[in-house]
Amino acid sequence: MTILTMIAKMSEGLGRTCAIFFLTLLFSLPLGMVVALLRMSKNRVVSAITKAYISVLRGTPLMLQLLAVTYGPFYLFGMGVAREKLVPVIIAFALNYAAYFAEIYRGGIESISRGQDEAAEVLGYSRFQCFMRIILPQVVKRILPSVTNEVVTLVKDTSMAFTVAYQEMFTIGKQIANSQTSFMPFVIAGVFYFLFNAAVAFVMGRFEKRLSYYR
Amino acid sequence: MSKLLEINHCRKHFGTTSVLEDLSLSVEEGQVLSIIGPSGSGKSTLLRCATLLETMDGGDLIYLGNYAARDEGGRSVYAPPAELQRIRGMFGLVFQNFNLFPHYSVLKNVMEAPMLVQKREKSEVRAEAMALLEQMGLADKADAYPYQLSGGQQQRVSIARALAMNPKILFFDEPTSALDPELTGEILRVIRKLAEKKMTMVIVTHEMMFARDVSDWVVFMNDGVIVEQGDPREVIDHPTQERTIQFLRRLQEK
Ligand SMILES: Nc1ncnc2c1ncn2[C@@H]1O[C@H](COP(=O)(O)OP(=O)(O)OP(=O)(O)O)[C@@H](O)[C@H]1O
Ligand SMILES: [Mg+2]
Repeated sequence: MTILTMIAKMSEGLGRTCAIFFLTLLFSLPLGMVVALLRMSKNRVVSAITKAYISVLRGTPLMLQLLAVTYGPFYLFGMGVAREKLVPVIIAFALNYAAYFAEIYRGGIESISRGQDEAAEVLGYSRFQCFMRIILPQVVKRILPSVTNEVVTLVKDTSMAFTVAYQEMFTIGKQIANSQTSFMPFVIAGVFYFLFNAAVAFVMGRFEKRLSYYR
Repeated sequence: MSKLLEINHCRKHFGTTSVLEDLSLSVEEGQVLSIIGPSGSGKSTLLRCATLLETMDGGDLIYLGNYAARDEGGRSVYAPPAELQRIRGMFGLVFQNFNLFPHYSVLKNVMEAPMLVQKREKSEVRAEAMALLEQMGLADKADAYPYQLSGGQQQRVSIARALAMNPKILFFDEPTSALDPELTGEILRVIRKLAEKKMTMVIVTHEMMFARDVSDWVVFMNDGVIVEQGDPREVIDHPTQERTIQFLRRLQEK
């Protein structure tokens, strides 16, 4: 098999790789905020449950979580395993990344000085207005570098989907590597991830620049 | 003269420590009242109760006859949220460390609350905000961001922000304590000008000379109670209570 054929075959999985990447961000970025707010809830039960959720998802491998979400329903309830694995893959990725984003958000929210909420409260801002206008914009700026780190990790983590044989780029590459006893597919995958992350760094750098008008 | 603010039998504790004990205070329209006292005596807690940042355990809190909290059988019962929100429009608070919104320009810091909370016309708010900044000597800083300003300038912006809501009474919690000594003068001058315009103010301060010159009434607090109060010249130059004498002497030694 020529290198070009390998690239062509692996490219068929690119759509799925991108689907994991974008759909995970689409769901986990907002979900992470919900988790962060629950984690900071004054209700002790709510915050304890959320804390446990975060520590389990961050404390166990993403690979296990992928297996659990994809095959768990079969072992637990005897339900069939879906042929199209996009749904369980996205569920596992979104739940996992939401846990990481939640901790980043929480750190960001807690780093905004308490005094600003109080100033807003005395001025008559509702709690929602204060969060949306005063707290959130500053949190976004502060956490951008940490979020960039997670996004870069996500690009590489999309390859984890091979554990459930989801036909994304890396999974296909691995199959070719086995059948052709060639190392080339891994080199191609490496170049691909590197280029993808260069694009991520460029886009995130743009965001950071746009928010650099204040300190 | 009518009573703008009335606090009756206010009690407040944190955990097992009682911070305010049966404290009563009233402020008349146009009056400037200074609160002095040692660290930990409850001055900030009193302002925070008056500005609804803390809830009182017991006692009344009344603005112009409107009850924010009413004592019922020794417990403060607060008015419904809508009423509290209406009452919030009557006062402003200036913090020790300014608490400006760092992601907003100076002008937006001053303009947002009147537009968002009071739903006032943008052009009208802008004109008023510019006039306030002018008054504070900051007209040329309207487009600057807080980090580009000195502490004294930031504090003047925060005073403009509070005034933009047209409060009936303005509270200050040690407005100059976070500033370098050479910058305190500019803030004290601004407050003095407001006093000349008959703005009603309650000022927690450690600046005795200022308190004596600018205020109509001085309250000396210690351990959550008012030990002595009266005409500033009387209280500061001729204190009668042992605790007040000690406090003022120690301040002078510094
Ligand atoms: N949120 C809180 N939780 C527990 N204790 C508190 C809290 N806020 C204040 N206190 C305590 O209440 C007492 C009064 O504090 P407060 O800040 O009102 O004093 P202060 O007169 O303003 O002092 P300073 O001159 O240092 O500002 C102190 O003993 C303080 O430790
Ligand atoms: Mg204080």
